[in-house]
Amino acid sequence: MRLWPMPDAATLSLPTRRDEAWRYADMDALARIGAPALDQWESISVLAGETWHHSMVVGSDTPELHRFRVTLGEGARAELFVTNAGQDFARVEVEVALGRGAHFEFGGVTIGGGNAVREFVTKTVHAEPEATSNQTVRSVHWGAGTGNFLGEIKVARDAQKTDAAQDFKALLLEAGASANAVPQLEIFADDVKCAHGATVGQLDEDARYYMAARGLSPDTAQHLLVQAFLGDAFVELEDETKREELLNAALKALEGASL
Amino acid sequence: MLTIDNLHAEIGGKAILKGLNLEVPAGEVHAIMGPNGAGKSTLANVLGGKPGYDVTSGSVQFKGEDLFELDPHERAATGLFLGFQYPVEIPGVSNVQFLREAANSQRKYRGEDPLSGGEFLKLAKEKAGLLKLDMEMLKRQVNVGFSGGEKKRAEMVQMGILDPSFAVLDETDSGLDIDALRVVGDGINAIMRKPDKGVLLITHYQRLLDVVKPDRVSILAGGRIVQTGGPELALKLEAEGYNAVMADA
Repeated sequence: MRLWPMPDAATLSLPTRRDEAWRYADMDALARIGAPALDQWESISVLAGETWHHSMVVGSDTPELHRFRVTLGEGARAELFVTNAGQDFARVEVEVALGRGAHFEFGGVTIGGGNAVREFVTKTVHAEPEATSNQTVRSVHWGAGTGNFLGEIKVARDAQKTDAAQDFKALLLEAGASANAVPQLEIFADDVKCAHGATVGQLDEDARYYMAARGLSPDTAQHLLVQAFLGDAFVELEDETKREELLNAALKALEGASL
Repeated sequence: MLTIDNLHAEIGGKAILKGLNLEVPAGEVHAIMGPNGAGKSTLANVLGGKPGYDVTSGSVQFKGEDLFELDPHERAATGLFLGFQYPVEIPGVSNVQFLREAANSQRKYRGEDPLSGGEFLKLAKEKAGLLKLDMEMLKRQVNVGFSGGEKKRAEMVQMGILDPSFAVLDETDSGLDIDALRVVGDGINAIMRKPDKGVLLITHYQRLLDVVKPDRVSILAGGRIVQTGGPELALKLEAEGYNAVMADA
C-alpha cells in the first residue's frame, strides 16, 4: 500500500491558498522559504509495538516549516508535542498512517502576537482497524497574530473500531488576533468514534476580576489563566521536564506581549 | 476605617446606588440588610472595583486612601477583602497556586518578603482547619466541582490566608446548611473580630447574625441607607419584615 504520493514536478511549485491545507498560510513567508525547501519531510517509521516520542519548540524569527511523515506499525505509538511560538510564519505538519491498534497522540500550542501565522496541519490516516488518535491544540494570540489548526482525519473502509478525537480551543487576548480551525473528517468505516470540537473565546472576565479581588495584578492573573488554558495540550506528555520546557517556552512568549 | 460618602453608582446607565452614606470604624461588624434589588451586591461590587459599574459621584475612603484611585488588585493589597456571593470557578488553577500567588502579590505590593512554599502551606493548613475544609480541597482547582457550601467555606479560607484588615462579605451565608453556617460564622469571628479590623456583612437573614454578632445594622433600600440601629434592628426585621420596619421609621 502506498499512502504518500511521490514528489513530482507539481510539488516543487509553491502551494496556493486554493489548496485546502495551505488556506491560512503566509504565502509571502512560503516564497521566502522557497519551493525546493518546502518539500522536505522527515520520515519516521515506528515498528510494531514500539513508541516514538518527540517534543519541540518552534520559535525563531525566520519562517519555519517542519514536516513529519509517520508510519505506525501494529500497536505502535507516536507522541508529538509542540510549542509553536514563531515570530514569523511557523508551520508544523504531520501525516500519520496508523496500523492496527496503533495510537497517535498530538499536543500543540500556538502562541504569539505581531502579525505572524503559526499553524499545525495534521493528516491522520486510520488505515487499519482499532487504532486511536488524540489531538489537542490550544492557541493564544494577541496583536494581529494568528493560530491555525487544520486537522484532517481519514478513516478507511476497513478501519473499524477507530477512535479519533480532535480538540481545538483558542484564546484571543486582543481584538486584532485570529484563530482558524478546520477539522476535516472523511470516514468510510461504519463502526467508529470521531469527536472533534473547536471553540474561540476571550479570557474569562469574571475570573480576572475574582483574581484581582484577591490581589493578583492583571499580568499575573492573565499569566495564570493562560497557563491553565495551555496545560490541556500537554496533559498527555508524561515527561515532566519536557512538559515544563514546552509550557515555559509558551509562557515566555506571553511575557513579551505588552497587553 | 471605611467611609462611604454620598455614593452614586450605575450599571449600564441604570442608577442603583443613590447617595449612600456609611461609616464603619475599626473594630466593628456592620451588617447590611435589605430587600432584593436594593443595591447590596452593587455596593460590594463597587467597593471591589468590578468592571461595568460606574461611580457617578461620591467617594469612599479606605484606611485614609481614596479607594477609587486604586485598581481592584491594589484595593486587595491595601487590605480589602471581598467575599463573593458566587465564587468564580477557575479551571486549571489550583487553590494552592492561586492563593500563594495572591498572598505573595499582596505582600510584594506592600513591600514585604514573599512567603516560602513551606510557610504558605503551613498557613493554608491552619486556615483550612479553622474552616473545617479538607486540605485536599485546596489542592483542587479553584472552586471547580465545589458544592455551594464548600465554595463559601473556601472563600473564608482565602480570607484567613490573605488576612485582610477589612472584609466586605456579600451573602456569605447563602447556600450554607445550619452546621456550615456555624463553621463559617465562627471563621469570620476568628479571622476578623479584632480591634484593628472591620467587616461589612451583607445578608438577607438573621441566622448568620446569631453567630457573627453585628455592632451596627443598616437597612439598604432604593440605593440608600434608610435606617441604622443596633443588633435589635436585625431581629425586628426578621420578625416584622422590611416593609413594616421601614414604614415605622
